[in-house]
Amino acid sequence: MRPILMKGHERPLTFLKYNRDGDLLFSCAKDHNPTVWFADNGERLGTYRGHNGAVWCCDVSRDSGRLITGSADQTAKLWNVQTGQQLFTFNFDSPARSVDFSVGDKLAVITTDPFMELPSAIHVKRIAKDPSEQTGESVLLIKGPQGRINRALWGPLNRTIISAGEDAVIRIWDSETGKLLKESDKESGHKKTVTSLVKSADGSHFLTGSLDKSARLWDTRTLTLIKTYVTERPVNAVAMSPLLDHVVLGGGQDASAVTTTDHRAGKFEAKFYDKILQEEIGGVKGHFGPINALAFNPDGKSFSSGGEDGYVRLHHFDSDYFNIKI
Amino acid sequence: MADVMVMKEIEDTALRLDVDLSTLDLDSIRLPPGETCGIVSDDEEVYQEDNLEFESGFGNIIVVDNLPVVPKEKFEKLEGVVRKIYSQIGVIKEDGLWMPVDPETDKTLGYCFIEYNTPQEAELAKEKTHGYKLDRAHIFCVSMFDDFDKFMKVPNEWAPPETKPYAPGENLQHWLTDAKARDQFVIRAGSDTEVLWNDARHLKPDPVYKRAFWTESFVQWSPLGTYLATVHRQGAAVWGGSSSFNRLMRYAHPQVKLIDFSPGEKYLVTYSSHEPSNPRDANRVVINIFDVRTGKVMRDFKGSADDFAVGGAGGVTGVSWPVFKWSGGRDDKYFARMGKNVLSVYETETFSLVDKKSLKVENIMDFCWSPTDPIIALFVPEMGGGNQPARVSLIQIPSKEELRQKNLFSVSDCKIYWQSNGDYLAVNVERYTKTKKSTYTGFELFRIKERDIPIEVLELENKNDKIIAFAWEPKGHRFAVIHGDNPKPDVSIYSMRTGQNSRVSKLTTLKGKQANALFWSPAGRYIVLAGLKGFNGQLEFYNVDELETMATAEHFMATDIEWDPTGRYVATAVTSVHEMENGFNIWSFNGKHLYRILKDHFFQFLWRPRPPSFLSPEKEEEIAKNLKKYSKKYEAEDQDVSLLLSEQEREKRRMLKEDWDKWVNEWKRIHEEESLHRQKLRDGEASDEEEEYEAKDIEVEEVIDVKEEVLHIEYGQE
Repeated sequence: MRPILMKGHERPLTFLKYNRDGDLLFSCAKDHNPTVWFADNGERLGTYRGHNGAVWCCDVSRDSGRLITGSADQTAKLWNVQTGQQLFTFNFDSPARSVDFSVGDKLAVITTDPFMELPSAIHVKRIAKDPSEQTGESVLLIKGPQGRINRALWGPLNRTIISAGEDAVIRIWDSETGKLLKESDKESGHKKTVTSLVKSADGSHFLTGSLDKSARLWDTRTLTLIKTYVTERPVNAVAMSPLLDHVVLGGGQDASAVTTTDHRAGKFEAKFYDKILQEEIGGVKGHFGPINALAFNPDGKSFSSGGEDGYVRLHHFDSDYFNIKI
Repeated sequence: MADVMVMKEIEDTALRLDVDLSTLDLDSIRLPPGETCGIVSDDEEVYQEDNLEFESGFGNIIVVDNLPVVPKEKFEKLEGVVRKIYSQIGVIKEDGLWMPVDPETDKTLGYCFIEYNTPQEAELAKEKTHGYKLDRAHIFCVSMFDDFDKFMKVPNEWAPPETKPYAPGENLQHWLTDAKARDQFVIRAGSDTEVLWNDARHLKPDPVYKRAFWTESFVQWSPLGTYLATVHRQGAAVWGGSSSFNRLMRYAHPQVKLIDFSPGEKYLVTYSSHEPSNPRDANRVVINIFDVRTGKVMRDFKGSADDFAVGGAGGVTGVSWPVFKWSGGRDDKYFARMGKNVLSVYETETFSLVDKKSLKVENIMDFCWSPTDPIIALFVPEMGGGNQPARVSLIQIPSKEELRQKNLFSVSDCKIYWQSNGDYLAVNVERYTKTKKSTYTGFELFRIKERDIPIEVLELENKNDKIIAFAWEPKGHRFAVIHGDNPKPDVSIYSMRTGQNSRVSKLTTLKGKQANALFWSPAGRYIVLAGLKGFNGQLEFYNVDELETMATAEHFMATDIEWDPTGRYVATAVTSVHEMENGFNIWSFNGKHLYRILKDHFFQFLWRPRPPSFLSPEKEEEIAKNLKKYSKKYEAEDQDVSLLLSEQEREKRRMLKEDWDKWVNEWKRIHEEESLHRQKLRDGEASDEEEEYEAKDIEVEEVIDVKEEVLHIEYGQE
């Protein structure tokens, strides 16, 4: 499995996203330009220019027509995927951390960081079919808990919003009323900041990664803890294979705490675990900084990782991978 | 957990009695004095601890008795003498010297009071001048003023001590009777200290006892494994017992820093050093020797840090622990310490110097007891610019007779290594070359048990090689040396007896090893060559009998390695000197990785030592010979366990798979149910084909550019 090294960003990667067809890969980084690549050969298609700060997150609509990005410049922007044209800008009073389109792409959930006196917040925006009719009005605004929310996603049928962040608690909110429906148990839940959250293909369960060196699998509807995957390093990014019962954890020692003696010390590996048995299967090395972003191609035959080192590594699995037995 | 239970009970009771707990301020409840309602205060220990440090205001006053009784005319002269003696030790307060006079006879009463600025000075004065001989008839008797209360309370009549009925104690060696013959170890990680069985068959540790905040600095096993010592601010404590760990004894020693057991674990030496009141002074050092079982202080030593600093006139600063080294064997008969130009040997019957005087050894640098016999090996460096050679001598205690001596020339440094049975002694001598610019190394090997103690000289093939590590085979006749220059030194193994001639000979040299430490199995025969620190934890398991490598492995960043006391397993650990990778690995003796435990803030890993076997050497030999007979039973057991394990593993996996399938089916069902809703959300687009995904290769031909070009072909040239 020889990875394709995609050099295009000048700063650490923050997020990776495949479109539904799995032919495009969108990458966000701390430089200001989200980039789109061919998911097959890693060729760069273009960048989306207009943000004025680190871009933290993005999502692409089901028909690959629209891209939404959230940035530290206190805006979230809508783009035309094909032309790179800016369609609309949502302005906030603090950095936008996470964005997610709902089923049907008519709504988007955007989270903003706590900033100055402002608490973190979850905004729900209506996405108009015709960009000229787009407004910045919020359908719903949920005042968040203490600390940053690192990721918020839509639950099944857009009825709930799942959020997780610095306070290590996972919350499920009613997306109509903004009421808090469920909170993860302090005992069984994460002990430190939740850094990433990803849904399964059918949205029935989701995986969270945390700095407490573990990743956990939860039931989306009941918020029941199903599995725990323990690793040796803080987890910055997680991904689930849509094809096999595998999960991937990425992370590594915090860049500031990395020793200068040995590159092995940081453990900048993407680690594969058996989703059901919770056992480690293997690891993919290569990055020379912590892994910040992971994404699986929807066909399950390739995955990509983005690191603090500024590279995106695109891995097409060898045929052996599909025959792993443990 | 216990707290939760108690709270629950209280809540239930409150409910029954119809009391609203939330309106009640529990702290406002006061029990009548003397009434506990059967509730034992958990502050009990705190109270006891407080009583230890009783402050009264007269700590800086001493009483000097046995002064001469003098008439009035000589009063001033005597006062002058006393003042002269005592002002050398500390600052006497103004009007701090008071010598009472008998009003009838106008003579002094033969005692005086001296008040110092600080209690420390008073203490020091008491120590230094108690027993001071002013003249033959007047030997000072100095006491602290505060102690007088204590003296007065001594009853005049002697009362026979009560004999307590015999209460059978716990079996402190219960852990040795484990049916599976496992070994225990203690680990300290974060605030928790935990004792575990090494259950290597099941590839996991089996918990025995766990306690948070068990110790304030570190824990230590006694040399035979009977006790686990914990160190606290107020002193040390030992724990043990048959089923769990109970506190057996406490040893009060405020600010204790270091502890050390005697080899037979009869005595415990504790050490503390305190900041002096005057910053120019050296730290004050207090060393107590306790009887482990009774908790009584057998002897204490006090003084400034300089007194306990080890090293000859050259002056190595700081105290090297242990200050007191115990003689070998399990009878704990002698202990010794080095002073400036003296070697003080004490015996434990009276806790005083052997023959009431120290051994004078000019410039003594280092000494070491034989691990089995009352023999001391000591090293004295060169003196007088090389006119007086350096020497290593062996001294028998208590006769203080020199058994053997060897003079050595142009020595820069010397290290002494005893073999664990006391059969051999190796002295690693570093000598200057003629130019004095560099050094080279050699070994002097003593055969202690042979007649006249013959000495052999061993030099490495390359004399300029630096010695990185040296280790004797426990109970054996071989030793291993790591020598050479970094980054890849060589490892050589020598034997003290080969074939008929009992001369030292080299068995093998392993070239270019990433190793800087040697760890012999306690049973001998196997050795782990380890590359710690700079070498990132390279391990090589080597069989010395067969002279072959059994396995090589790596425990990345390993800092500590320890064999279990039986020589069956090896533990490698990364302690909190590193920020990452904290935890430990357990290996079999031949380098098979058994299991791994990760713990953040991992401080200590210690195997519980075992007392020596009760089997006679003949019996041991017999067992070794008929090993097959004995091993059959255990092999069958092993087989059973491994079968059971794989059975359990299969069962577990099946369960997990089943559970998972149940989840997935449930999800699928709900997903189906919701599919219509989803379709609606997507404006009627049939949406659920996302699970069945199909990739097709489609070739697309695209016309990028069309350009017409006229090609000129020229004819008619042929």
